[in-house]
Amino acid sequence: MHATPVVNDFSIHVATANGSGSQTANSVLMRSIFQMGVPVSGKNLFPSNIAGLPTWFTIRASRKGYIGRKKEIDLLIAMNPETAREDVMALDAGAAVVYDEPLALAGLRDDLVFYAVPFDKLVTGVCPEPKLRKLVRNMIYTGVAAHLLGIEIDEVRKALVKQFGERKKKTAEMNWQAVLAGQSYASENLPKADPLKVERMDANQGRLIIDGNTAAALGCVFAGATVLTWYPITPSSSLAEAMIDFLGRLRQDPETGKATYAVVQAEDELAAAGMVLGAGWAGARAMTCTSGPGISLMSEFLGLGYFAEIPGVFIDVQRVGPSTGLPTRTMQGDTLTNAIVSHGDTRHPLYFPSNPEECFSMATEAFNLAEKFQTPVFVNLDLDLGMNNWMSDPFEYPELPVDRGKVLSTEDLERLGGFSRYLDVDGDGVPYRTLPGTPHDKAGYFTRGTGHDEHARYSEKAEDWIANMDRLSRKFESIRGAIPAPEVRFNPSARVGVVCCGTSRYAMEEACDQLREELGLETSSLRLKAYPFTDSLNEFIKAHDRVYVIDQNRDAQLLALMKLDMDPSLLLNLRSVRYYGGLPLDARTVSGEIARQEGIQ
Amino acid sequence: MSTPTAPAKKTNRLGFDILPYRGGKTTLCAGCGHNAVTERLVEACWDLGVEPWRVAKISGIGCSSKTPAYFLGQSHGFNSVHGRAPAVATGALLANHELRCVLVSGDGDTASIGLGQYMHTLRRNPAMLYLIENNGVYGLTKGQFSATSDLGAKSKGGAVNAFTPIDCCLAAIEYGATFVARSFSGDKKQLSALLRAALSHDGLAVVDVISPCVAFNDHEGSTKSYSYMKDHEEPLHDIDFIPFFNDIEVEFEEGVTREVSLHDGSRILLHKLEHDYDPSSRLNAVTRLHQASDGDEVLTGLLYLDRSRPSFTRTLNMVDRPLATLPESVTRPRREALERINEEYR
Repeated sequence: MHATPVVNDFSIHVATANGSGSQTANSVLMRSIFQMGVPVSGKNLFPSNIAGLPTWFTIRASRKGYIGRKKEIDLLIAMNPETAREDVMALDAGAAVVYDEPLALAGLRDDLVFYAVPFDKLVTGVCPEPKLRKLVRNMIYTGVAAHLLGIEIDEVRKALVKQFGERKKKTAEMNWQAVLAGQSYASENLPKADPLKVERMDANQGRLIIDGNTAAALGCVFAGATVLTWYPITPSSSLAEAMIDFLGRLRQDPETGKATYAVVQAEDELAAAGMVLGAGWAGARAMTCTSGPGISLMSEFLGLGYFAEIPGVFIDVQRVGPSTGLPTRTMQGDTLTNAIVSHGDTRHPLYFPSNPEECFSMATEAFNLAEKFQTPVFVNLDLDLGMNNWMSDPFEYPELPVDRGKVLSTEDLERLGGFSRYLDVDGDGVPYRTLPGTPHDKAGYFTRGTGHDEHARYSEKAEDWIANMDRLSRKFESIRGAIPAPEVRFNPSARVGVVCCGTSRYAMEEACDQLREELGLETSSLRLKAYPFTDSLNEFIKAHDRVYVIDQNRDAQLLALMKLDMDPSLLLNLRSVRYYGGLPLDARTVSGEIARQEGIQ
Repeated sequence: MSTPTAPAKKTNRLGFDILPYRGGKTTLCAGCGHNAVTERLVEACWDLGVEPWRVAKISGIGCSSKTPAYFLGQSHGFNSVHGRAPAVATGALLANHELRCVLVSGDGDTASIGLGQYMHTLRRNPAMLYLIENNGVYGLTKGQFSATSDLGAKSKGGAVNAFTPIDCCLAAIEYGATFVARSFSGDKKQLSALLRAALSHDGLAVVDVISPCVAFNDHEGSTKSYSYMKDHEEPLHDIDFIPFFNDIEVEFEEGVTREVSLHDGSRILLHKLEHDYDPSSRLNAVTRLHQASDGDEVLTGLLYLDRSRPSFTRTLNMVDRPLATLPESVTRPRREALERINEEYR
């Protein structure tokens, strides 16, 4: 037995083949640790493939609540013969390995702890049906790990029941037998030789486990979205599918059973975007979800939406590009693109959710913003946030009412005697609109992507064009005051600041602790929640000598966007920390790079 | 001598004269076929007593797509993106299925850049008039061939088109439109009847109108010119349209005239010319179209009608009230629903 136990601070790396049914085993293991009250995160690193290619699942337990990816692996569960050797060779000394006995990995290194488990033999014992063995085989390692780590077996049982639900009792029972087989094999044959340990905590009271896509879908449903159009693309498809599921459950008319929504799987992203604009123009709360390649296709419509002033919510679950890129890997790939997508002068507001709660609340908010300001609004998730399971506080019911913005009714038109579609009546750059189908002879106006004056009349006059573009700028300034402020952790003794958005927060927060604890470098941090940026960002930069901007892309897109928006005198203070390998960002990458640039490594 | 009194203005069933159905002054060339089509559309909407505020005029980009500015000046119009009007129109109908949607497109807008959207719109069968003003040429960019140009047709500059044409009516029949007609901008009576019938149809009504371009495709060697159409148009039948609110008894001779009724009770009378033609037969329609093009003829009339297939918004089983007008109490689920879901993920 190792001298000092490592309690609630380790990562487990499960290597399997894609399509081998390991996801259930991994989810149950993760949920068991969660139920032990220990902060936990799970990340599925999977290939663009249905079955056969290698896949890894990383579970991190952290008593300090760090739930970003941990670079170092403490326990490897090696189930995939194709990668086992490579996986073992990549471990740091002292790590533990649970492996399938025939792989004979123990001879590879003498600085690791090895646990051999005869999975085939054990599965035969619990599953007489040969066809089903493949499906429950992986559940054995959940039992082995539970025993080795000291996870209470009752929690594994509870997690398993939760995973399978009430309806799949028979399947759950068979899997439970597999867990027990693993547990008893481990207790009889595997003397504990590693220091890793789970001990009960109470950090997860009331929390949920949910992925960001499901949370965002739920937010859209509670925003009162009425039209969803989409085209399947990884990693956003599960958002649309979750939403279809929620809509079916929550949005039927109680008397007639008819839908209070419409969902269209379009022929491509161009059509999906066009339908959003058509529906938004005619008064629906319309949305689509997609990923980078879809944004490229929607680009022309996004410019029209900006210029013709039509609301719509565009959720982008970002993946690695350019081109098809790494379709199942994560990247903040569209930060800059989405802010300015389309030709000519365009600007779009962006939300940067970092956890499921924000996926929910920002998706909800985005609809109000879009209708209030009559413009396309982006919600930028990434694959890590969208497709992985996260701990989350329960979702809070939206307190703000549905805001349909400046829409004139028949009565309004009667009172006003008419209206001018693009006239800035209130000085906020936001004009009034009417919806098609409004019964009044003054309701109609002509919407176009061509030059127009305040009365929506065709115009090629330079002064009309400039006046309109300037009003659109004023409108964007108004948006600046209507979006969430950044989350700032101000440290008065820090000369160095760190800025990020979205899922980079996990690596940033942990990296700031590493810098202080290991190198004595004090830092402040600021997490952006939306674009356009507010003055607090300028203030933050002014308050520090150097500010590191974290980007999960090669070209420092967030930094570039800040440069577009900022007082030029502040630019000299900005530095860049970038990662673009497709894996979720880890703290070591950030702290290491800041230390290197600070010259304190 | 008595002063002559001004004749009372003619009004439709809503009591409107023709003015609310007119739009801005056309900026297209004098003699352009599209202007005649616009005129027929104005008359058809007036004649049917369409409420102008209920109409959504949607178009893409091109000469034809400019025309929504020239009719129904009180209606909402949307001149959108090249080839993508079908998506915009579909979206508008999702938000409000009570809108009367008039989509105006051209041959470039529909058969080239917009072919994908056209095909998928045919499959969905949304209730709208899809008007194609087809002149076989790109007018705004000065005379390039479009995808509906016939093989061997000559451009104004003398080039010969080497590619086979896309027949928008054949595609419409094949992929799911439920009202398919072809006409000629110069055939006032037929076009007028077909437009009124199309506007009364509850489903996708494609009307492909050969509409000559006087600037770039009205010369010798063109197959979309006025003179070519005069010599080659082959009407399937003489058409009369009787709107639902006109309950006159019509006597007609069996075997000479067919009566076809539409969802709203309107009737179309098809008077036989050389052969009897049954527009409910898809196979027959396709065969006749192929025979006509093989014989260098342009078949016009009501090619196909299917009254059985429901429109797109009906297949979605939405509530009767337009989605755009649903209040928060209907669109935002209650607090308890969120609490239940929170519990599920705990």
